[in-house]
Amino acid sequence: MNRQRWQSVSFRNPYLFALLLFLLALLVNFIFQPNLFQRSILNSNMRVFLPLILLASGQAVVILGGGIDISVGAIVSIINAILASQLGAGASAEKTLLVVVIALLVGMVAGSINGFFIAFLRLQPIITTYATSFLFAGIALYILPEPGGGVPLVISSFYRDTTPLGLPLGLYIILLILIAWYMTRQTRYGRYLYAVGGKPDAAYETGVPVNTVQFSTYVISGLMAALGGVAITLLTGSGNAQVGDALTLASITAVVIGGTALRGGVGGIAGAILGAIILGLFKNIISFANVDLWWQTFVNAAIIVLALAAPGVINLLRRKRI
Amino acid sequence: MKRITISPPVAAVLLAIVLFLLSGLLPNGYGNNLSVALAQATNIIRLSVFLGIIAAGQTLVIISGSEGIDLSAGAVVTLSAIVTYVIVKGQDGNVIPALIAALAIGAAIGFLNGIGIAYLKIAPLVMTLGMAGVVTGLILVAQHGNVSGAVAPLMTRIIARPVFLGIPGAVIIWIIFAALMWLLLERTTFGKKLFAIGTNRTTSRLSGVNVTGMVLLTYALAGMLSGLGGFLVLGNTGVVFINIGNPFLFPSIAAVAVGGTLLSGGKGSYFGTMAGALVLTLITSLLTTMQMPDSVRRMVLGATLLILISIYGRQRGFRQ
Repeated sequence: MNRQRWQSVSFRNPYLFALLLFLLALLVNFIFQPNLFQRSILNSNMRVFLPLILLASGQAVVILGGGIDISVGAIVSIINAILASQLGAGASAEKTLLVVVIALLVGMVAGSINGFFIAFLRLQPIITTYATSFLFAGIALYILPEPGGGVPLVISSFYRDTTPLGLPLGLYIILLILIAWYMTRQTRYGRYLYAVGGKPDAAYETGVPVNTVQFSTYVISGLMAALGGVAITLLTGSGNAQVGDALTLASITAVVIGGTALRGGVGGIAGAILGAIILGLFKNIISFANVDLWWQTFVNAAIIVLALAAPGVINLLRRKRI
Repeated sequence: MKRITISPPVAAVLLAIVLFLLSGLLPNGYGNNLSVALAQATNIIRLSVFLGIIAAGQTLVIISGSEGIDLSAGAVVTLSAIVTYVIVKGQDGNVIPALIAALAIGAAIGFLNGIGIAYLKIAPLVMTLGMAGVVTGLILVAQHGNVSGAVAPLMTRIIARPVFLGIPGAVIIWIIFAALMWLLLERTTFGKKLFAIGTNRTTSRLSGVNVTGMVLLTYALAGMLSGLGGFLVLGNTGVVFINIGNPFLFPSIAAVAVGGTLLSGGKGSYFGTMAGALVLTLITSLLTTMQMPDSVRRMVLGATLLILISIYGRQRGFRQ
């Protein structure tokens, strides 16, 4: 393949590298864990990956629109705190539904706070969402000062063990997200999103409502973070106001590994979902490869850096050769 | 109509002074006791030094533009503090070698960041984030969670105690450091080129600036300054722990932003960052003195930060 073709291929398919990496990670994981494709193992993996997948999808929309959202982890924590403190182990089905709906609304409100400051007051995204992440983390701690609380067992086991047609629940959710995403891409909003992320000034001059589109990306991200918060609460079955802390940076890494450029306008949600799964597979591999406990953080981080560096290395080598 | 404009660094300093004066009215504030007020003010300035110096490297990479940012600063601070702690072993004679080692390790990590960013075209945010993970992993591997060593009396004397007219050594170090930073940014070709690549990398390259070299140098320098930060932080605390550097990471970015340096690069000053570090440290320590629960403290800090950046962190609108 000559250089032009490789460039046009990688330009038209920003997911290509992520797909290769995904297959590689899947293969390595399979070698270390031969029963990987058993239904129960598949299901337990998917339910662990799902919170990050949801978060990364929202993060991808924000990054596509030229922003970044550092507050997603704190939003997850708020949702976890709300669910665990309001439901407890004995809540009825109606109450659970009500609280979950309220939690999703809270996520969207949190996202619109971000969006308001960034899109309408024109503040810089990274520092704004950093500030709101303090605000949200404080609220989460205020709601649930000590780890505790819980959700009804029925609901968490529904999340854990529902496998329609023998396939994990998470797969259906991913499918739903992807369908929604491809439908959105066909609409005017989808094209606006890429225009705003790529060249906001040009988009503004051609009549795209830049501020509204930017605002909407943060609301979407807030909603996805809230869904992620619901998922992680059902997964753990308990409350901890700092549960989301580690997810923020992972969601950004997942988006970038998935081929979405941080400068905006290139990429999409499918890559981010792949990226989130890849990060999860990396963790699996490390735990099944019997890496010494003290080495795990290092090995995990080193693999991630290598994965980030690989496209750059490929480009560098190709430029040298031709 | 002419709008009254105050430059962000001045505004931040004024804000710090007003906040400090108001803090005297708190139930457990200094009231009308002048010497207590003075002691408190000195202490807050002394505490700002560490954030201020760690934020110096952050200032450089943020000025260099192209979404420049250093998320590995916190991990580098921890690593260099641990390295210093292990090398010094309580001996005054080991302080200089330890300082050199801390600076060298910081610079090496920063250099690796620079290679990833300049040659492999990895976005600075994720490159330095990945590096933070690698460094944290290294710390765990090398120390298995426990370290043995000690701080030399010399370090405590110079950094934590008053050395001259009751002024703590750290503050004097900061003043000298600030003068050097000003010289670096305003009076050297490095500084000129740094602002140039921050404004527009393409035009800088076309006018003969070695952009790749500058990016490498900037990140290496930033890493080195984080190393210095780790050395100083250790001198202040006297003990080392595995999370000693993390609390400085995001405040170092916030200090730069509060000081009026554009996060998009090409514009800013170290004085702004100093003022930002002062304001952030002041707010944090006020919230601590007011004995609020952790949750309220975080909320107030977040809200204050939002208000601060709303006042002068705004980018231009599309219509302008």
